[in-house]
Amino acid sequence: MGQFDQKIDAIQMRILEEVAGLHEVPEGAYNIRANGKTAERSTTANIDIVSKEDGSGIDIKIRPFTKHESVHIPVVLSESGLTETVYNDFYIGEGSDVVIVAGCGIHNCGDQKSEHDGIHRFFVGKNAKVKYVEKHYGEGDGKGQRILNPVTEVTMEEGSYMEMEMVQIKGVDSTKRTTVADLDKNAKLIVRERLLTHGSQDAESSFVVNLNGEDASADVVSRSVAKEHSHQKFVSQINGNTRCAGHTECDAIIMDDAKIVAVPELTANDVDAALIHEAAIGKIAGEQIIKLMTLGLTEEEAEAQIVNGFLK
Amino acid sequence: MLTLENISFDVKGEGGEKEIIKNLSLTIDEGKFVVITGPNGGGKSTLAKLIAGIYKPTSGRILFNETDITEAGITERANMGISFAFQQPVRFKGVQVLDLIRLAAKKKLSAADACQYLSEVGLCAKDYINREVNGSLSGGELKRIEIATVLARNTQLSVFDEPEAGIDLWSFQNLIQVFERMRESTNGSILIISHQERILNIADEIVVIADGQITKKGSRDEIMPQIMGTASAVDACSVLNR
Ligand SMILES: Nc1ncnc2c1ncn2[C@@H]1O[C@H](COP(=O)(O)OP(=O)(O)OP(=O)(O)O)[C@@H](O)[C@H]1O
Ligand SMILES: [Mg+2]
Repeated sequence: MGQFDQKIDAIQMRILEEVAGLHEVPEGAYNIRANGKTAERSTTANIDIVSKEDGSGIDIKIRPFTKHESVHIPVVLSESGLTETVYNDFYIGEGSDVVIVAGCGIHNCGDQKSEHDGIHRFFVGKNAKVKYVEKHYGEGDGKGQRILNPVTEVTMEEGSYMEMEMVQIKGVDSTKRTTVADLDKNAKLIVRERLLTHGSQDAESSFVVNLNGEDASADVVSRSVAKEHSHQKFVSQINGNTRCAGHTECDAIIMDDAKIVAVPELTANDVDAALIHEAAIGKIAGEQIIKLMTLGLTEEEAEAQIVNGFLK
Repeated sequence: MLTLENISFDVKGEGGEKEIIKNLSLTIDEGKFVVITGPNGGGKSTLAKLIAGIYKPTSGRILFNETDITEAGITERANMGISFAFQQPVRFKGVQVLDLIRLAAKKKLSAADACQYLSEVGLCAKDYINREVNGSLSGGELKRIEIATVLARNTQLSVFDEPEAGIDLWSFQNLIQVFERMRESTNGSILIISHQERILNIADEIVVIADGQITKKGSRDEIMPQIMGTASAVDACSVLNR
């Protein structure tokens, strides 16, 4: 520590708490990026983090058979008017079992837009197991827009397993998320997305999953709530190129004057590809509100509880 | 404590207005255990919803502790001390059993205290407390959780709409005990809608509702002989002829 020229301040610390659940310096490996520069970094015997030579991002290298270690790579933007594109490449060694926590928080009190476009590439080795958590959060009372456009590319080798939890609950004005995954034999991908939009926010999330190896499987589930004038679009494309199983589900609550679009696209290129898509968009069931009101909650409190539970 | 005065309730059906509750008057006194029974479609659940404020009467007045609550909303009545266990409990995606019981109790119950209510309705608490109140629960489990939410509220008036429905035979006896305990421990009143002889048997008063009206009302000893072994408890013909 100390070799980097940025220091974490109070606002940034609070945002780190929101996106990475960090109250203090995390255990294990980490790389904290603040306002366009690495602020703090720590590596372990098994996990190395190195800056790319051209300065465009970092490489995270996890040795084969590393077990029960974690990597945190949060990003905070607290200066107005910052626009950046960052490449983070994760090399996850064969047979390892790790947790990766990423997240981006923007605090924009100025009038210029702040934008962070993170491109995360995962190379998940044979039989490796990864849990990936990514949270997005924005705040600040300035007029400046808060924009996040994450791109995630996943290459999964034979027998690997990856669980991705992606959460964006508040304060991001515009987001366009793209996730592409290629799965080899017996690989398994699980995606859980949670999204809440309000005001005039715009969120688009698109998934392309290619099931290329025999018995590869994917389960992509999005739960979202769109309030006020916000717009959401969920695109989920699963290509079954061999004997495989794919399931995608979009479950959305629409409120006020929001708009939600769900676009499923299943392509089976093999007779043994089993693909399922489910999509449901609807308002909160009236009887749910009534039940909670009979417990003494007001209509607004009842709605908030239902939305909270739904996104938990 | 609760008085219904000349309550009528109409709904718009295909063939115009339909009167579901017809000029019905009923008083439930403090500390009483009242059971409402009667044929399917007679208007029992509708009456319960009128009491809880889910429906507003077309005419008539409702008084609770001498206060006119005819225009009071669901929340307001709940906070005044009226609880209602639905005939068909509602499911919630993502909301856990513990959340629901805490909401019902209106305080930050410890998990152990919440478990108490589940145990009372015969659910092994640790298996259920973190379950979601969603489609994965069986009908009987959901029904018991519904009853537990009303127990947790512990209000002056508790209304249960067919609490025994879907509850297995073995647990039935426990359920009866739950009501008997409730009656001993609260000085509030309990109103149960039921078709079960064993529940009728523990009532102070029995009210028979058919076709939107009270057809019989009185003490258990008075009413039980009249409805058991006769066709009047469930009058199939009047249901079929409708
Ligand atoms: N919203 C509604 N619109 C039209 N008809 C209704 C409505 N609610 C209830 N009814 C009708 O009113 C009548 C009374 O219904 P209610 O549910 O109160 O009966 P119940 O006595 O509770 O019957 P059960 O013993 O089967 O539960 C029925 O004929 C029912 O179909
Ligand atoms: Mg009924």
